[in-house]
Order: sequence, then structure tokens, then C-alpha cells
Amino acid sequence: MSETITIRVLRYDPDKDAEPRFDDFIVPYRDEWVVLDVLAYIKEALDPSLAYRGSCHMAVCGSCGMMVNRQPKLACHCFIRDYRGQLVTVEPLDHFPIERDLIVDQDGFIEKLSSLYPYLVTEHDKPLSEGTNLQTPAQLAAFRPFTQCINCLLCYAACPQVALNEGFTGPAALAIAHRYNRDSRDSGEELRSEITDSHHGVWDCTFVGACSEVCPKNVDPAAAIQQTKISASFRWLKARLLPGGTS
Amino acid sequence: MDVIDTDIAIVGAGGAGLRAAIEVAEQDPSLKIALISKVFPMRSHTVAAEGGAAGVAKPNDSFDLHFNDTVSGGDWLCDQDAVDLFVRTAPEELTRMEHWGCPWSREANGQVAVRPFGGMKTERTWYAADKTGFHMLHTLFQTSLKYPSITRFDEFYSTELLIEEKRCIGLVAIELRSGKLVAFRAKAVILATGGAGRVFPFTTNGAIKTGDGMAMAYRAGVPLKDMEFVQYHPTGLPGTGILITEGARGEGGLLTNSDGYRYLQDYGLGPPDPWPRNKAMELGPRDRLSQAFWHEQQKGRTVKTPFGDAVNLDIRHLGEKKIDERLPMVRELAISYVGVDPVTAPIPVRPVVHYTMGGIDTDIDAATPLPGLFAAGECACVSINGANRLGSNSLAEILVFGARAGRSAIAFAKTVPPGSDRATKAKAEAAQAKIRALFLNDGTESAPALRRAMNETMESGVGIFRSEESLRQSCAVLADLRTRFNQVRLEDRSNVFNTDLVQVLELGAMLDVAQTMAEAALNRTESRGSHQRLDYPKRDDEAFLTHSISSYSGGDRPAIGARNVVITRSRPGERIYGGGGS
Repeated sequence: MSETITIRVLRYDPDKDAEPRFDDFIVPYRDEWVVLDVLAYIKEALDPSLAYRGSCHMAVCGSCGMMVNRQPKLACHCFIRDYRGQLVTVEPLDHFPIERDLIVDQDGFIEKLSSLYPYLVTEHDKPLSEGTNLQTPAQLAAFRPFTQCINCLLCYAACPQVALNEGFTGPAALAIAHRYNRDSRDSGEELRSEITDSHHGVWDCTFVGACSEVCPKNVDPAAAIQQTKISASFRWLKARLLPGGTS
Repeated sequence: MDVIDTDIAIVGAGGAGLRAAIEVAEQDPSLKIALISKVFPMRSHTVAAEGGAAGVAKPNDSFDLHFNDTVSGGDWLCDQDAVDLFVRTAPEELTRMEHWGCPWSREANGQVAVRPFGGMKTERTWYAADKTGFHMLHTLFQTSLKYPSITRFDEFYSTELLIEEKRCIGLVAIELRSGKLVAFRAKAVILATGGAGRVFPFTTNGAIKTGDGMAMAYRAGVPLKDMEFVQYHPTGLPGTGILITEGARGEGGLLTNSDGYRYLQDYGLGPPDPWPRNKAMELGPRDRLSQAFWHEQQKGRTVKTPFGDAVNLDIRHLGEKKIDERLPMVRELAISYVGVDPVTAPIPVRPVVHYTMGGIDTDIDAATPLPGLFAAGECACVSINGANRLGSNSLAEILVFGARAGRSAIAFAKTVPPGSDRATKAKAEAAQAKIRALFLNDGTESAPALRRAMNETMESGVGIFRSEESLRQSCAVLADLRTRFNQVRLEDRSNVFNTDLVQVLELGAMLDVAQTMAEAALNRTESRGSHQRLDYPKRDDEAFLTHSISSYSGGDRPAIGARNVVITRSRPGERIYGGGGS
């Protein structure tokens, strides 16, 4: 018989199950397969009721974040050849409510992101007739790494603060806020500071750095948060020390 | 059943749907917008577009040149009034994206940079490294969060349009989280559901691209136009079909066969200059490049890989620095998925199904023949793409026609009352009964088996080269699959996130779409652009300077009609590439 690999998948259907359980599936081993291919195989050949998200299969749509052997991974970017000879355990992303099987509820993230004015804030609307803004490659480079977030939420699953504190705005949302703050065309930092500088903003972060380690796009949310802490400290001082500052 | 009342319902929250929603919100903040998508907006397949978006930007370029490249690239099947409007509007839409924060790549002086693309006379492709679609989608999604009049319904799968007295009054969708059916009553509906590449087995398209909107419109009596035109992108990774952007060739990438020979010079695309020459060699149009691969394969000059034949895409001479700056994702994808670092070795590539030129029949205002129904983006056929889309036109198209669909929907919504309670309820209950039947009937046909059979027959019969024999065979197989689909078996009977149900419904949509592709291809006894008939190798302007119009006939196959192409100022001529074209 040709080589196989055993995949243990967390299963939970709130319609039927009192609590989650694990199902084991024995699937053919293929060198080029990623975990997402294995899940598709299971759904097609072994158990059509398996529920998971996934689409692009090229690590850019961010749909297929899940825990693989307890590590947050994109299922489409996680090769089973790296787990040859091992049991592979697949679970929904940590720190999110499970909706069914490998599907988690992401509404909390969207709400947090929405609260951060995650768009270019400008003093005036620039008329189209004035053409594009100038932005040098160096100005672009200052924020470009933080534009790379695909909202896959692996960083939320890795973050110990997210686990302890549901209100924490979290790495991806703060990185996106920082992306706009760093953009030479933007003037919305004060607006965003209502959230970023608040208790549930950057100060909840204890700088473990797990977010940056698991990010499949090298966004480095930890750096974004540390840089925001520095700006927030200046804002705090400015508000207290400068004439006209509040309280 | 819950009825949600809104002014404008938009199905699909990729680039076109988001752009439409923002346009409505900006033009008239008093209008309620329901933005409905089967996935979260940032998962939409716009995210995977890499190379860039076309719009005249440089003094050496002009609307006429963009027009000519588009019309000749489309082998004169484009409607020229639509192309004119498109090329004139694209730059302002791309500028607007800049004002919304899109991180376009820049020249040293801070101006937005443009790169060359296949089939273009000069550089006009705006890009954000090689993740242009990703950045456009996230810019649009994040910008859309500004507008309180946009209410999102994420992860709602739309199944049917609601029609009352020959007017579209809304739609029915399943809330995936609960399994509940919801009726959206709207004065106007915009479909922006993307393409249908998944009817083929080997495609750059994500799993979600199943032609749902096309099929919804088709079943409501709205024709699909030019469905036989399916674009193969010449450079996908073998095995997975992952896209390697045309930008790689725009930056100077070379295509070679198993002898290390730049074979494109044998197919009217030479001379093989060592530098990139616009409209020549590797910067020829996609249809010609994909067809050249097929010929090389026939001659046995392709490279053998574990996942089938390929040719080599070589970007080594660009050097690591330029590759990392301009093509970082190409490097990342090649290393991850084929184990090749393009800094040190050529990337194996082969043609792969990429884009459906055809789609829901619309006019230049994004209106379909059904009052109250509009469509934009890949699901629609305006047509600016004709028989072969020019690379980087589609990212501009979703903006130009997404916005236009928004404005048209506003104008229409202001002239009509909402649909009646009676019709909304009756039609929605009929839709619900169909879903319920899937749960109650013990069907006998396996959905995965039907899907595999559809994929196989599309590849073998409706691929890069087609013939009467191959198409007749595929049409027969598809008609049979359509009949068998009536007995499809739903395995999962849960209400919560029933992805088996979604896949069954998607399969139904794909079978409709596949049939229109195969039947329209059988009907078109000529070769034009991406539609190549081995038995009719020449273009036939006498008989086929026409759009094919596929209509749901109630029978087991679509009825295929024709409509003249709009020609305003460019008479059909020869498509000239290579030394004569630049």
C-alpha cells in the first residue's frame, strides 16, 4: 500500500454535538500537498460534512488560518511533507469562538478593525483634477510592510494577551492602524489614538512577539505596536506638558 | 422567512461590489445598501490579482493607444463604445484609488510608476509590487468601513433573484452561520460575483469562483454573452495552477523551451531582442502565448515536470534586488510551491484557465436586459474584453464599471417602488422549497463525482484548442450531468455552516455556466482570440463579428443567439505583434 498520513481534525457541530471531539482520517501522502489539499480530499472522499474555510490556495486571501499541531498556520501554506511520519492535528484558530469544525467567528476582529478608522484620513478632499499625491519610494517604504496584512488572524491565535483579555484590539488591527499612521498622505493619527492609546490599545500588549513570529506575511505587528507605544507616550507627554494641553 | 428591506442590494464584495457600494454611499448617503457576499470581503478573488491595473498615465501614451491595444487584443469582439468609455475613465478611477490610500509603487520622484504588460504599445499598468489586486481589495474594503449606509452581510450565499412583473425586486440568500434563508427586498440589485474558472480543473481561480451570479441571472432569463471566450494565462505553476504574474515578463522575464530556446519567435512574435520590446515575444498577448505553448507541446519541446509539461520562465537576469522589489510574491510563491528560487533557477510554468471574458449581458451603463438588475466585474460582459482580455484591464474594469453600476442602480432605484409583499413572499418561499427538497430527498448522484466529470469534459473538450467533435462530446456530457444533477445527494443535513450545501449549489451554477461555454463554442465555427477551433482555424468576420447570446430556454440546453458587435472607429484588421507591432 502506498504511503499514508493520519490527520486528526477537531469536529464540532452546535446543532448536534454537546462538545467538540476529534476524528481521525487516514489519507494518501502526497509530497506536494498542503493541509488545505488534505481537507479537500477528506471532504470529497471521506466525510462531506467537514466544514472549513479556504479559497485562493496561494497564501493571500487569508481564509484558511487554523492550528496545525498547535501552531497557527495557513492551511494552504503548510506542507504535509513537513510532518511526514507524524500525526497531524488540525484545530480551529485558538482564541476565537468555534462556529463549526474548523470555522471560527471572526466578527470581533472586524469590529476592532472598524473602530480604528482604517482608511486614509485627510484634511480636505483632494479633487481628482489635481491628480495623484506624490510619495517617494522612501515614504512608501515607511509603511509598506504594514500594508501586507491579509487578516488571516494567525497573530490573534498566537497572542497570549488575546487569550487573557477579550477586549484587546490585537496585533493585526493595530498594525493596520499603524500602516495608515505611517502613510505620508494620512492625517488621522490623533483620531486613531482614541483607540490605539487606550487601555485596550497598545498598552495591553506585553511584547511577547508571538504575533510577528507566526505572521505568514512578515508584517511584524509587534514592531507596529512598539512604535505606536512610543508615539502614544509622546502624545501623553505633549498633552500634559505643553501650553494648551489638557489635564 | 426574514425579509430585509434595502434600497440597493449588491451581491459580491470583491473589487467591483465594494466599488459599487462606495459609489452609492458617496452619491446618496440616504440610500440603504446591503452588501452581500458568500465570503468576507477581503477573501474575494480580486485579492489574487498580481500584475496591475491599466490606465493611461504617461505623456507618450494616449486613450487612442489604450483603445487600440484593447480592441485588437480582443480580436475586434469588444464593443468599441464601451472601450472608449473605459479607457477615458480608467485613469481617474486609479487616481481615486490613490486618494483612498492604495500603496501604488512609485518612481524616484514620487510619481506613480507604470510597467509594461503583454499586448501593450507602451507602459500603462499601475502596480503595487506584484500584489496589486490584494492592495486594491484591502484599500476598497477598509475605505468602505467609512460609510454607515453600507450594511455588510458577510458569509451569506445568494441563491436566486426575486422577480416581479419582469423586474428584479431582490434576492434570496442563505445565512451560512445559521442556515436561515433571508429575502432581501431591494429596488435595484447589482451582481458582482466574479468569474467561473472553477468549471475547469486547472485554474488560477480560487475555490470560490463558481459563477454563482452568472447562473442566478441566467436562470432568471438574463442572457450570458460571449461565454465561449475563456482566457488561459500563459504562466501558471504546474500542479497548483498558481498565477505567476505577467509583470514578471513586463520586468524582462524570458520564456524558453526544453532546448533553452525562446520559442515564441517561431509564432510570429519575434524578433527575440534581449530587452523587452512592447507587444513582442514575452510581451505578446495571452491567447497567442498560451497557444504557442500548445504547439511546443505537440512538437515535444516542453520541459517534463512531475505535474505535466511546462516551459521555463527565466527572471534570473533581473537580479535579486529587483526581484525582491518588484516581484516579491513571485519569488515567495515559486519557492513555496515548486521549490524553485527564481533568483537562481527558471520557474516552470504552463497555461492555466484564468479569466472568463464572457458573462452577464450588460450595456455600457452596467444594466442587464432585466429592469432593476445590474452587473459589473468579471461576472459581467460589457464587453470591453472581447475575445481575449488585455492583461491589467480587469482591475481597472472593476472600478470603472463597479462605480457605473452604482450610479445606474441609484437612478433606477429612484424611479420604482419596492417589490410587493405578496411577490417577495411567494418567490422567496418557492426558493426555500427548492433548498428544503435537497434536505428531504435522498438523491442518488454524488456531487464530487458530477463535479469531476464536468471538470474533465471542460478540459478535454473546451480547452485551448477545440473542434466540432470535442465540443459535441462535451455538450452531450454536460447535458447528461445537468439531468443527473436533479438527483444530486446532499450528504450533510446540518443547518450550521453547511459547506456541503454550498458546494452542491455552486455545482448547479457551474453546470449552467459550463453548458453556455460549450454550446456557444460549438456554435462559433471560426477562430478568434481565445476561442480556437482546429476545424475552423480562421477568423470569419462575415459570419461572426457578433456576440453570442446564451439564453436559458427551460430545456436541457441553452439557446444560442447573436448580436452585432458595436464598431465605431476601428474596422477589424490583422492583429500584429512582434517587430511590426511595437
